[in-house]
Amino acid sequence: MTTGEIREEILDILEVIAPDEDLSNIDDAVNFRDQMELDSMDFLDIVMELRKRHRIQIPEDDYVQLASMNSTVTFLEPLMKDIQKV
Amino acid sequence: MYDTIIIGAGMSGLAAGIRLAYYDQRVCILERHTTIGGLNSFYRMRGRDYDVGLHALTNITPKGTKKGPLARLLRQLRISWDELDISAQLGSDIVFPGVRLRFDNDLDLLRAEVAREFPAQQDNFEQLINAVVDYDDLDESHQAISARERIAEIITEPLLIEMFFCPLMFYGSAREHDMDWGQFSIMFRSILMEGLGRPYAGVRLILKLLVRKFRGLGGELKLRSGVERLMVEEGRVTGVVLESGEVLHGRRVLSSAGWPATMRMCDDGAPVISRSSGNLSFCETIATLDVQPKQLEHDRAITFFNDSADFAWENSKSPCDVRSGVICSPNNFAYDEPLAEGTMRITSLANFDYWKNLDEQEYQLEKLRWYDRITESAVQFVPDYRNRVIDTDMFTPTTVVRFTGHDNGAIYGSPEKQFDGRTHLENLFICGTDQGFVGIIGSIVSGISMANQHCLRD
Repeated sequence: MTTGEIREEILDILEVIAPDEDLSNIDDAVNFRDQMELDSMDFLDIVMELRKRHRIQIPEDDYVQLASMNSTVTFLEPLMKDIQKV
Repeated sequence: MYDTIIIGAGMSGLAAGIRLAYYDQRVCILERHTTIGGLNSFYRMRGRDYDVGLHALTNITPKGTKKGPLARLLRQLRISWDELDISAQLGSDIVFPGVRLRFDNDLDLLRAEVAREFPAQQDNFEQLINAVVDYDDLDESHQAISARERIAEIITEPLLIEMFFCPLMFYGSAREHDMDWGQFSIMFRSILMEGLGRPYAGVRLILKLLVRKFRGLGGELKLRSGVERLMVEEGRVTGVVLESGEVLHGRRVLSSAGWPATMRMCDDGAPVISRSSGNLSFCETIATLDVQPKQLEHDRAITFFNDSADFAWENSKSPCDVRSGVICSPNNFAYDEPLAEGTMRITSLANFDYWKNLDEQEYQLEKLRWYDRITESAVQFVPDYRNRVIDTDMFTPTTVVRFTGHDNGAIYGSPEKQFDGRTHLENLFICGTDQGFVGIIGSIVSGISMANQHCLRD
């Protein structure tokens, strides 16, 4: 996946986790926690969705990397570069 | 081989099942009873639908709210706000002799009521709200503080203190006489600050929604499948033996059967932390009316009443403790259309041992006798509806045992909770009432959080 495709995939996951949320104005530099009020249960869901969809395992110590869109995409780039977008 | 075997198809077991099945686990929920729901269930009798358990959902925050237990559970279960079809209460009240505090889903009403009835306590009430809001659910050290001691530091009018304890204890205290400060704070927020609501179709809508989700994700649900024992080898549970003799293997077990019952199922003979089962149980009368309660000038969803200035929360010394109670009218929520018939339900504390020891004939007679006494006490606080009744039913502590399997018919389970859900076996966990959260919303949150913490991350 390209950087843009990874971002799309994360947006798709956020839409599943928080269906009532308007994601069109999301600021990639700002923490998800602050702009969407995601809590620890939601972050677990991002991790679990990535595992369910792409078999990516993210150790608990790395959950902090998923703070904002920018940091998430940066963290996932090496893990997802060989995954084909379907 | 299942990834997770769940004992009990109540709110917590179903919610946990949905979480695990969603993430592709092989999950089986085992239910001893012939129907789902546990403490919150439903039945049909003489052509009428009845709810057990549910009076109202707590924690009702408006659609679009991002914080709080309701928003959290909807997100976690991938349920939209609209699917729950909740209508807000028209309003409720707490009534003691000569004093009435009304409240609804806007805290300003209760503020105004406290100011009217207890003008000297206005500032203290604001302080109490701040203290309750500051309480952190995840900080267990707060749990152990006595709510009576904490609240006495803030509110200086004893009657007002009793009036707060009455609804909060009725809706969620497993402990006699007092509550943990943590539990008090959670219940205060759930009932008095967030508010009450109900789906038009009652508890069956919620249960059917959860079962449909669970099965749609590939989960298996087995009714009439009581667990005889848990098979234990070297500190791990390896599976369950059903009462039918059938054996199911699982990598872990999540039990909502209650702490004592779950411990008794373990066949390892290991000494386990023994724990009281709790002894607070209820009787409930249900009356179907030929009018809507509003036509009798009764528009309250819930009326919590007590007939003196002191509120006693203890195992009833008589068959039923008619000094206090909860009067629920499911009609008094803001539905688009009125319910087909009027209903009045009254809940009072009841003595399990008394009801358990009656033979069948005495039991039927005592039900009739105490139906009348409970109703007689309640109509001191709401319009007398007795000449409009066209059908009645009543449940007792023994009915609660039949639906839940919980010892003593203890509605809110053991006074000591196992907040982390762990047991002496590394892959056996508990959820539901004895884990710590009560009420429908609490049970669902319990199932979700125990599934997340113990069953998903491997």
